Amino acid sequence: MRKDALVAALAFGLVALVPLGGEAYWLRLGTTMLMYGVLAMSWNFIGGMAGYPSFAVAAFFGLGAYSGAVAQKFGVPMVLAWTLAGIAALAFAALLGVALLRLRGHYFAIASLVVAEVLRELVNSATDLTGGGMGLNLPLPTMTSIDAQARFFFYAMLALAALTFAASLFTRYSKLGFGLRCIQQNEAAADMLGVNTTLYKVSAFVLSGAFVGAAGAVYASWLHYIEPPDVFDVLYSVKAIVMVLLGGAGSVFGPLVGAALFLSLEELVWRHYLQVHTGVLGLMIVLLVLFLPRGLMSISRRAWSRERPR
Amino acid sequence: MLYLQILANGLVLGGLYACIAAGFSLVWGVLNVINILHGSFIVLGGYLAFFGYVEFGIHPFASIVIAAPLFFVLGYALQRALINRMIAAPVLLTLTLTFGLDLVLSNGMLAAFTADFRKLILEPPLGVATLGPVVMPVDRLAAMLLALALTGMLYLLLAKSRIGRAIVAVRMDREAAALMGVTVPRVYAITFGLGALMAGASGPLLAMIFPISPLGGPVYLGKAFVICVLGGLGSVPGAMLGGLLLGVVESFGALWFGPEHATTLSFVLLILILLLRPEGLLGRKGYA
Repeated sequence: MRKDALVAALAFGLVALVPLGGEAYWLRLGTTMLMYGVLAMSWNFIGGMAGYPSFAVAAFFGLGAYSGAVAQKFGVPMVLAWTLAGIAALAFAALLGVALLRLRGHYFAIASLVVAEVLRELVNSATDLTGGGMGLNLPLPTMTSIDAQARFFFYAMLALAALTFAASLFTRYSKLGFGLRCIQQNEAAADMLGVNTTLYKVSAFVLSGAFVGAAGAVYASWLHYIEPPDVFDVLYSVKAIVMVLLGGAGSVFGPLVGAALFLSLEELVWRHYLQVHTGVLGLMIVLLVLFLPRGLMSISRRAWSRERPR
Repeated sequence: MLYLQILANGLVLGGLYACIAAGFSLVWGVLNVINILHGSFIVLGGYLAFFGYVEFGIHPFASIVIAAPLFFVLGYALQRALINRMIAAPVLLTLTLTFGLDLVLSNGMLAAFTADFRKLILEPPLGVATLGPVVMPVDRLAAMLLALALTGMLYLLLAKSRIGRAIVAVRMDREAAALMGVTVPRVYAITFGLGALMAGASGPLLAMIFPISPLGGPVYLGKAFVICVLGGLGSVPGAMLGGLLLGVVESFGALWFGPEHATTLSFVLLILILLLRPEGLLGRKGYA
């Protein structure tokens, strides 16, 4: 655990140097990468560790974005609004988890997929509070220069990513992480042996919601404008899954490696195939699933992958 | 008398929903694969009908006959080439695989057909039928009857034909079916082909009523999900009942709560059913 923490501290330290380069393009890319990292690491709690195929990332992201934005509309300071958004997503995940985590397999996947759709419809129709389909403008940050703003949001996302990483590292080596891996391998057996499966699963779900909610709120402030189809986009859920699959599910560094790699690929595809970029993305996903279903980390860590069931 | 009209609207909508869901439910029940492509197959079938009518003057109802074999071959090949490789993989991987394929297909349609909404308008129009207080456009009525006929044919195929019995056998117990001489991978491919066929054939029917857009797939997919859960997995009567029920619920929901809440209402229904009766209204336990 100490070794992992050291490697991570070094990696985050290096990433923190990016703004010194100063170019706005790299700052934007870096902020997006850190956001993707938060989404991937968060999904890893429920999908990678507990093995529940959750598609709820988009729901948490949108909920966080709108909670943060509405809070700021009522005059709550920005950073406090982000925290509130994280707490809102946390509470929502806890309530939702108690209901949905009784389902398994396809049924859980679908139910979690549907949540984002329902939230989007609700936000769309609550025009007074959220602006509905017109979207919602956020107050501009107080920083004077555009560069300072970009740096500020970069460091905010970096802090959030570091926090998420710390949580996942801690979980991985704690009793909770052990219990979650038991649930993934055989839930009935884990239950028999005295693992409080409901509590553990809900905890994993809550962890997978809280940071995503905060990331959504930071994203909303960063862009100054949100609208329902953007923040409740099901692609957020899918991207998180693909990033974790790419990096290697269940491990601590896998999601981060996956996020960095995925963003690089996405950026290349965007740049060269703008008209067909989702198609190329789809093709990448197909190839990934067919040829590398356990992720890149499985190549470098054969021993680890042998431990895993099937 | 308003209620009678709303009920009729709901039943007509529901008949089409049943047809959408039957193939999806079959694939899910037999292969244990959620086919995210299903919605895009429906849209593609709609485009086939649209261009067939506009370019060659083929009546949309006739284009079903062209769409059906094409989609069967497409589904069969896709299953054989790609999906069969992942058939035993965890849920997450098969879901992600079909999602990736769907991104490719929907982006392909977007590039080929542009993002414009298109509407198939018959010339001359078929007019309306009046039965007592209920008024119904004839094209809708005909589409609904054809949808029910297609669904009925699928039911008969599964209940009576040799290959249909083999499909049902594989759904019940794959190992036992294999021991009885059923070639399971072939049955899988045929089942997937049938699912694609149902989607492709319901495309022209839906194109008669709803505008076609390359990104319309997820809406149909969502309906198919809800219906499968409502009616129970892998059974045609379940899809029929679930479809009709969803159609009626959406119609009355639109009346009482406003049309913008129709989706929310059906999803709330979905979650309630999942929690209270996860095997569906007509489902039996142990078939998943």
